[in-house]
Amino acid sequence: MKLWRTPFDRNPDAEPLGYIHIDKIRCKGCGFCAEYCPREVLHMGAELNYKGYKLAAIKDESKCLACGYCELICPEFAITLILNSNANKSEEKHPV
Amino acid sequence: MQIDDVTSYERSIAKYLRQDRLPHIWCAGCGIGPVLNCFLRAIDSAELNPDLVSVVSGIGCSGRVAGYVKLDSFHTTHGRAIPFATGLKLANPQLKTVVFSGDGDLVAIGGNHLIHAARRNIDMTVICINNFTYGMTGGQVGPTAPLDVRTATTPYGNFEPPFNLPWLLHASGASYIARWTVLHLHQLELTIVEALRRPGFSFIEVISPCPAIYGRMNKEPEGLDSLRNYIKRSVIKHGAGPRETAIDHKGPIVVGKFLDIDQPTLQDHLIGVAAKAKKPVKK
Repeated sequence: MKLWRTPFDRNPDAEPLGYIHIDKIRCKGCGFCAEYCPREVLHMGAELNYKGYKLAAIKDESKCLACGYCELICPEFAITLILNSNANKSEEKHPV
Repeated sequence: MQIDDVTSYERSIAKYLRQDRLPHIWCAGCGIGPVLNCFLRAIDSAELNPDLVSVVSGIGCSGRVAGYVKLDSFHTTHGRAIPFATGLKLANPQLKTVVFSGDGDLVAIGGNHLIHAARRNIDMTVICINNFTYGMTGGQVGPTAPLDVRTATTPYGNFEPPFNLPWLLHASGASYIARWTVLHLHQLELTIVEALRRPGFSFIEVISPCPAIYGRMNKEPEGLDSLRNYIKRSVIKHGAGPRETAIDHKGPIVVGKFLDIDQPTLQDHLIGVAAKAKKPVKK
């Protein structure tokens, strides 16, 4: 089943819909992804990369709805969203 | 954890992007990256044959786009992106030619080529990344810089009235005109898809931040400051008249699809004349 909106009674223990991968070499710390993530999954961390740029980091991956806006707005092509094919399966098991 | 082996990134843009050239040269907070991302996604969603898409770019920061795409591309001299694309299109009418360039390149030195390409209604898509300045050469005042902005050559404020690009193109005879900012990415992608699929001269202006050169002089020292500014100032108004689309220093930025009309392209006129020319002359 494919849902376009998460139901309110979604299982809180369900797996996130997507996993975010940040390329630490490409990231230049502009902060676009952290500012415009609708679920506040990303934030600007304290870690620096080898060029001295402050890196974006993942705060809470379980909130991710896999909307893909971070991937779209990243000017450095550094963010990859990996869709979780297991997420909707665990949804169906949850008794409503 | 079981994950899909094909991510959305790999599905849509990785095959068109020269990953070995990354990280690219654009500054942190530059708006060209998201626009390129949208363009590559648009090629994918328009279901074009990548062998028949060619990207031509001029000089400037956005001129580097030609080097980062895995399509047929050419990096032309200053302002001459549109003439080169015109030649490509006339030699091989099957090609989808896309001109990817900045405001300094397209409107200042290539301004004459821009209005004449619009007048002829050549079938091509022009993506103009408008950052109101010459970024690569050190921030001189550009032809689209609004009045009163500070640049490297106008430290007390710009005193030259700027171009209103949608009005210029409307008057020149383009068939498709749209404007978005770097934040309206889903709309921009749909607009590029629409422009790539339709015949005629399509012009898409994208308002983009330039934090290191333009923003530094105008109280927007980071890309995020410009984006927050766009959220406050942008007004979506489809079909807005060309007089309404002027950009002030502090006033609203009208965005949307301004013009979408069907008119015969240069190729149609050429075919008509060629058919006439082939008729035997009665003696």
